[in-house]
Amino acid sequence: MNHDYEYTPSNGFTKWLDKRLPLMRFADENMLSFPTPKNLNYFWTFGFILTLSLVTQIITGIVLAMHYTPHVLMAFDSIEHIMRDVNYGWLIRYIHANGASMFFLAVFIHMFRSLYYGSYKEPREILWILGVVIFLLMIITAFMGYVLVWGQMSFWGATVITNLVATIPVVGESILTLLLGGFSVDNPTLNRFFSLHYLLPFVIFGVVILHIWALHVTGNNNPTGISVKDSNDTISFHPYYTVKDLFAYIVFLLMFSYFIFYNPNILGHPDNYIEADAMVTPAHIVPEWYLLPFYAILRAVPDKLMGVLLMFGSIAVLFFLPWLDTMKVRSARYRPVYKIFYFTFLISCLLLGYLGGQAPEGIYLFLSRVCTIYYFAFFLVVMPLLSRYEKPSAMPIGISNPAIDTSIEIDEVDGDLVPSANT
Amino acid sequence: MTDIIDENEPTRRDFLYITTAVFGATGAATLAWPLIHQLNPDASVSALSSVEADISSIPEGGSLKVAWRGKPVFIRRRTKEEILIAENEDAANLPHPEKDAERVKNKEWLVVVGVCTHLGCIPIADKGDFGGWFCPCHGSHYDISGRIRKGPAPTNLEVPPYEFVNESIIKIG
Repeated sequence: MNHDYEYTPSNGFTKWLDKRLPLMRFADENMLSFPTPKNLNYFWTFGFILTLSLVTQIITGIVLAMHYTPHVLMAFDSIEHIMRDVNYGWLIRYIHANGASMFFLAVFIHMFRSLYYGSYKEPREILWILGVVIFLLMIITAFMGYVLVWGQMSFWGATVITNLVATIPVVGESILTLLLGGFSVDNPTLNRFFSLHYLLPFVIFGVVILHIWALHVTGNNNPTGISVKDSNDTISFHPYYTVKDLFAYIVFLLMFSYFIFYNPNILGHPDNYIEADAMVTPAHIVPEWYLLPFYAILRAVPDKLMGVLLMFGSIAVLFFLPWLDTMKVRSARYRPVYKIFYFTFLISCLLLGYLGGQAPEGIYLFLSRVCTIYYFAFFLVVMPLLSRYEKPSAMPIGISNPAIDTSIEIDEVDGDLVPSANT
Repeated sequence: MTDIIDENEPTRRDFLYITTAVFGATGAATLAWPLIHQLNPDASVSALSSVEADISSIPEGGSLKVAWRGKPVFIRRRTKEEILIAENEDAANLPHPEKDAERVKNKEWLVVVGVCTHLGCIPIADKGDFGGWFCPCHGSHYDISGRIRKGPAPTNLEVPPYEFVNESIIKIG
């Protein structure tokens, strides 16, 4: 990283401030002059998009909470009240509801980018783990938010998901009762979900700060996966990446606007416009689209406890990623075999998303099982084996030097980079 | 008096550290319990834990759905044929082996919590391959004794505590 540059206060006030609270220095070092690899592509703009997505959700959420009533008799009506009576309530709610989908869309792209370019590898393990923590918190928050609408899908989604806890041997039932505050999803459940749905975004915000902090310690990865060597490899964050991020964000907003203004309910489910009824189950319960791959994994297994374990396992395995893929070469650009498995994995995840929305029978069930097996095999079998046996293709010397690097060879046994014998 | 200080010997300072830590931990744990226990069902929820229903008007083969603890309870007056089918089933071979006699107090009346033991949906009556209930969510089939026969549900439909108060009143809970 580039440490040549140092912030110098420009006037009397900033000099005075810098000695007392170096706020400007902090902002300058982390947001303006921060040395960033010069070769980042548009996949690197999603961190910025995600930060603004979180801010959007928090602002619209706080406003919605001013009009929403977390009580089983009034919740559904208060949503309709927001939609019909509150000034621009429809807009704010549609931003919030579709914003959640956009948030997940961006986080999936962000994660798959990391997976492709090996951004989770040494020295960015903590950065990656914090990201998985954020992802997990996002799922919990989104799930609770969906329940607040108190439609049929809200209610039965909440019933099905909370019942997963009951599969824990011995103490499961007691934990479920503790979680629900009753023997079924009811007013106490709605109340505490509202409380937590308000709290968790701020917890996410805190972890995001840690995530960015960790990023600023190690610096960005880049499409070559080759570490930054000197200041020739970097440019300052501002104006180069502020403008790139902003441009990407505007394009992202255009797509977001399509959903808000032209198709605000396409990502939801019509059954959620029917008020929750504890005595009638909808014929077909499906979660929101961004949870469908996990739902498909849950249903792929005939055994209840195993299904639940695999579903949680599908996220838990991500925490161990930096130690499952130990190949020193980060970027899939120079990993011809990994690249094939990677794109198969991407397709398999998309397919799981599709299958999660279908009835769990026949060909759908069979494909869910195939994709579930591949999901775990990719992390637990393919990654460790490729780390050991894959031979990476020729790599450039550095970010600024496209000449093939002959000074290192890839150890064929374990993929380590070792100095070549002829140098 | 020889005054040799053993560095491994606990000092009075160590004693103070440990006492402080134990005192603090006990206090924190004591305070944590009310904060956790408040999540459990409150008095108003627990108060609803029994419900009475009039079953005198249910014809043979008919059923009644009552809400108990926010969940539906199926009360079914079974026909003679249904009782025969339920009793003649070889219970030992079922996924969750239970004889029909273990599941009813009066064989004419089947009382079960109408919540699928898989993930909590409400099964539909008179559907499925075994003449009982069928859960639309993930495809579990129950027989006329509320026993799981096919599908992902791990156990039979739960039998709630109940008693017949008199000829026409049943008390659940």
